[in-house]
Amino acid sequence: MRPPEEAAAPAAGPRPPRPRAPSLGSPDALNSSPAIVEIENLGYAIDSRPIFAGLNLRVVAGGVTVILGPSGTGKTTLLRLIGGQVRADSGTIRVGGEDMRTLTGDALFALRRRMGMLFQNGALLTDLSVFENVAFPLREHAELPERLIRELVLMKLQAVGLRGAAQLMPQELSGGMARRVALARAIVMDPDILLYDEPLTGLDPISLGVILRLIRRLNDALGLTSIVVSHDVKETATIADAMYLMSGGRVVAHGSPAEIQRSELPVVHQFINGLPDGPVPFQYPAPDYFGELLERSAP
Amino acid sequence: MTLVHEIGRSLKEALEKLGAMTLFLLRILALVPRALPRVELVVQQVFNSGALSLVIIMLSGLFVGMVLGLQGFQLLQRFGSAEMLGVAAADSLLRELGPVVTALLFAGRAGTALASELGLMVATDQLSAMEMMAVDPLQRAVVPRFLGAVIAMPLLAAIFTMIGIYGAQLIGVQLMHVNSGAFWSQMRAGVDLKDVHEGIVKSCVFGLVCSLIAVYEGYHAAPTAEGVGRATTRTVVSSAVMVLFLDYLLTSAFLS
Repeated sequence: MRPPEEAAAPAAGPRPPRPRAPSLGSPDALNSSPAIVEIENLGYAIDSRPIFAGLNLRVVAGGVTVILGPSGTGKTTLLRLIGGQVRADSGTIRVGGEDMRTLTGDALFALRRRMGMLFQNGALLTDLSVFENVAFPLREHAELPERLIRELVLMKLQAVGLRGAAQLMPQELSGGMARRVALARAIVMDPDILLYDEPLTGLDPISLGVILRLIRRLNDALGLTSIVVSHDVKETATIADAMYLMSGGRVVAHGSPAEIQRSELPVVHQFINGLPDGPVPFQYPAPDYFGELLERSAP
Repeated sequence: MTLVHEIGRSLKEALEKLGAMTLFLLRILALVPRALPRVELVVQQVFNSGALSLVIIMLSGLFVGMVLGLQGFQLLQRFGSAEMLGVAAADSLLRELGPVVTALLFAGRAGTALASELGLMVATDQLSAMEMMAVDPLQRAVVPRFLGAVIAMPLLAAIFTMIGIYGAQLIGVQLMHVNSGAFWSQMRAGVDLKDVHEGIVKSCVFGLVCSLIAVYEGYHAAPTAEGVGRATTRTVVSSAVMVLFLDYLLTSAFLS
């Protein structure tokens, strides 16, 4: 199901393509390869409600790492922690060797220039055209001649198949197109790390297939490290080198896609097979049902 | 006891918000030198806040001036000094009605547009996306909007006052047949630079306050449809109250 290697030749940026990392599927490779993101014993709470409690995770450079988990487990929050948009309460997050808990100001912005992020809804700037959205980071960070900016933007739009939509406004795009434009914008500065927040949610099968192929192809052609947050197990398994499953604020399983799918752990079994009840309960915590009914009906 | 407690809590919240707004203003002012070189962004926002508010400002100015002409004529005629209509209209428009009514209209048109635009940018992750692109959203999205609105407000107040005087002249001279020479010469003799100065200071202060409230509320809006709606409402209400309160303070200061 993985897109063929020979097809992985979208237009690259000014930097020469980096070679693809060796296969990361085996546990040995996962543990021994250099990590670009390392999270140890992460603790984070919102309004005293714990989101993460002792989460450990490492993302190997050069691969596609998929982080799975039911809705509300804090997958998007994890991306924001990696991107330094929110601060962890405890533990360590290292991105490219930098400690995200202490990084601030210009140093944080310098690190973010090495990162790209694809938001769930694309987050395109609605007052700018598709072309200007992709050109936005270049105009903000690089003093390039207009001709070069045009070439780079068209190159990235060609890579995501939307060069013909350059003059459209974000309101004129479908959900899938908006995400592809956002992807072009995310790679225009040739980042080392690309973060994807639920890139497949709400897409039709064709757009879903296009985005999946793009994630893998761009990762390989540009030599990126991709971190994909999703709850689409089967789809993301086709492009992943490594998968992590989160539940209850910590990682409950990790390994290659095959290992995750073969896992006998109840929580993994429930998640992969979409079972309504199990270690992740169907019912939100509540007092005894009959007791509450009787209490309400009492005069 | 509960009432006292509630009043105390509201007062504490108001003071906290005032402090937060002051800090927000200081952050904006610190970023102004970095944002100014991007003149095109500021000019775009002057257009959005200023040029797009022109029609409502000009129409309102004309009607306010016309009402002023009518009321003033009726009152002054009783004392046989209808020729004073020019100075009465110009003085009240320059010192009070121009800055105050423009600020109220500005808060309703440009202020709500600013707050809802920024609020929607928050709700649709556009500001988060800027952060992840290593672009400071305060510098790129908030400061140009703030500067544009601060520049536009005194210009709109000047236009409002000018059109208002024309409206008063239209009623007083054209309709009520006040002597045209007396209307204009009394105005020239009765209005001095101090009155113009007062109007300029008031419109600048109101512009700063209305713009600050609009960008603060928009930037801190909850990322939901309800949050954006609340931010827009708070912008109008807070701006109106602050403009009237500050108008009293500034008028007292100028009179003393």
